[in-house]
Amino acid sequence: MTSRDSAVIHCLGAFVPRCVVFIVVLMVSVPAFGQFDLTGKWASRSSQDAMERGPGPDPVDYLGLPLNDEGRARALSYNYSMLSLPDGQCGYHTPFYIVLGPFGLHVWNEFDAVTGKLVAWKIGAWVDRDVTTIWMDGRPHPSPNAPRTYGGFTTGRWDGSTLVTTTTHMKASQIRRNGAPVSDQATMTMYVFRHGDLLTIRAVMDDPVYFSEPLVRSRVWALDPDGNLNLGNGVASPCEPIAELPVADAAAIVPHYLPGQNPFINELTQRHNIPAEAVLGGAETMYPEYRKKLTDYVPPAICKRYCGCGGLGVPCIEDGSGVAK
Amino acid sequence: MKSAFAALLICLLMIVTVGAQGRASQAPLVAARADAPIDLTGYWVSVVTQDWRWRMVTPAKGDYASIPITLAAKKAGDSWDPARDEAAGEQCKSYGAPALMAVPTRLRITWQDANTLTVETDAGTQTRILNFGDKKLPRGAPSWQGDSVAHWERPRAGRGVASKGGSLKVVTSHLRPGYLRKNGVPYSGDAVLTEYWDVSADPNGDQWITLTSTVRDDKNLREPWVTALDFKKERDGAKWDPTPCSSR
Repeated sequence: MTSRDSAVIHCLGAFVPRCVVFIVVLMVSVPAFGQFDLTGKWASRSSQDAMERGPGPDPVDYLGLPLNDEGRARALSYNYSMLSLPDGQCGYHTPFYIVLGPFGLHVWNEFDAVTGKLVAWKIGAWVDRDVTTIWMDGRPHPSPNAPRTYGGFTTGRWDGSTLVTTTTHMKASQIRRNGAPVSDQATMTMYVFRHGDLLTIRAVMDDPVYFSEPLVRSRVWALDPDGNLNLGNGVASPCEPIAELPVADAAAIVPHYLPGQNPFINELTQRHNIPAEAVLGGAETMYPEYRKKLTDYVPPAICKRYCGCGGLGVPCIEDGSGVAK
Repeated sequence: MKSAFAALLICLLMIVTVGAQGRASQAPLVAARADAPIDLTGYWVSVVTQDWRWRMVTPAKGDYASIPITLAAKKAGDSWDPARDEAAGEQCKSYGAPALMAVPTRLRITWQDANTLTVETDAGTQTRILNFGDKKLPRGAPSWQGDSVAHWERPRAGRGVASKGGSLKVVTSHLRPGYLRKNGVPYSGDAVLTEYWDVSADPNGDQWITLTSTVRDDKNLREPWVTALDFKKERDGAKWDPTPCSSR
């Protein structure tokens, strides 16, 4: 052994322990086996329900929602002017809006400064949804009697390579942007799958008050590190209370429709020939056999609204006039 | 200094080695059935809570909402004529692989053999053959369901720690041109469908398949068409109800 070899061995002897420490630190700071990293900016990629996500659904369109009679009655009483009431001006959606809304996701994580362990994932806010914090440190959910917030309280755990989250303590809100309700007794579960640069979330909203069975929806995002998601700072949703309807503010009225008086109840039938019974939703409308009740359906001759060709820059009938513009 | 560099190099080599041990196995699957990390077999039903108006009924001619079509696709869609398809015996144009899983249907998934999974739909009475392994697929005429190559994807396994769960990746090509939507939104024979099949169980015990699907077709799509669909497991085939393809 040369003196040079001795020097190398000496040097290695000094470095190997540090190397082990270095590797251990690396292993602590990356996801454990089977888990994946959620952090980053994820651009929306779901090519589904463009109208609902964008301009919004028709006022009475409960197609595919498992509303029970109480949920349907509550939905039909909804008047869009309710948004102008003082308690409605900052009425956010629940975290279920993650799979309903049109936006991308900005996700970051928070670590315990001492242990280096993951404490929480945070999904940034949108203009109408608050930050969703997914606690990963094993803390329990609050007492059933604890106050509700629009964001609710969410915990997460790994099931193999799937992140499973549970959200409770959400305020009553909408499950669709036309007043279809979800109560403050609902529980939401999310299943998060990652396949390379694609992120898929299946969300399940179980509401014993307004649903006859859970509502399930899935949605996809693509990793977009350079993406500008136009979500503001993402840390908090900036709500600026403004009374858009002075009459509601001044006269202290509560906008609503009494039973049987919703003027939009036949709109979807008139526009798209969808039977009125189906428009009002219910769990049975979610299953293939419901098509047997639609045998008299005849499609409209031509699309007249939100036909999806606006992005092509070509004439397209969009405004209901029947004339391509 | 050189010694320090050598030590750092050894560190990095150790990291690479540890990482490699945790990486998913890329070895060819001898028997995909025995190696399955998830169980997809059984009867499953579409639960239509998205795109109801475009899936449960045939939408109006010219309704391309949600699909990023090209001008060429719009032109083709504008000339959609279901009577012409019926006369040509092409009632199954909207039941090809890129569209089939969005059709409200029940699925019957079974192992045909150790390396072949079949996915049948009662809507349109279609059968998809998902081939595992490296065998060369016979290259006949393009078909509605195309040629599907499947493999399991597993999470990283730790040293001495078995990985849990996983998903199925399926790539389908060699397709007969058809419709992405029943009202004539076209896809070409060059379309490629990539799918990820995941299984999860709800707190109430319901089991679900979540299908993440991407259709690429430069002729008809400005960007990949990405969707996510949900299927709930059923106890048996009591509601299995085969029906023929329909153009309308």
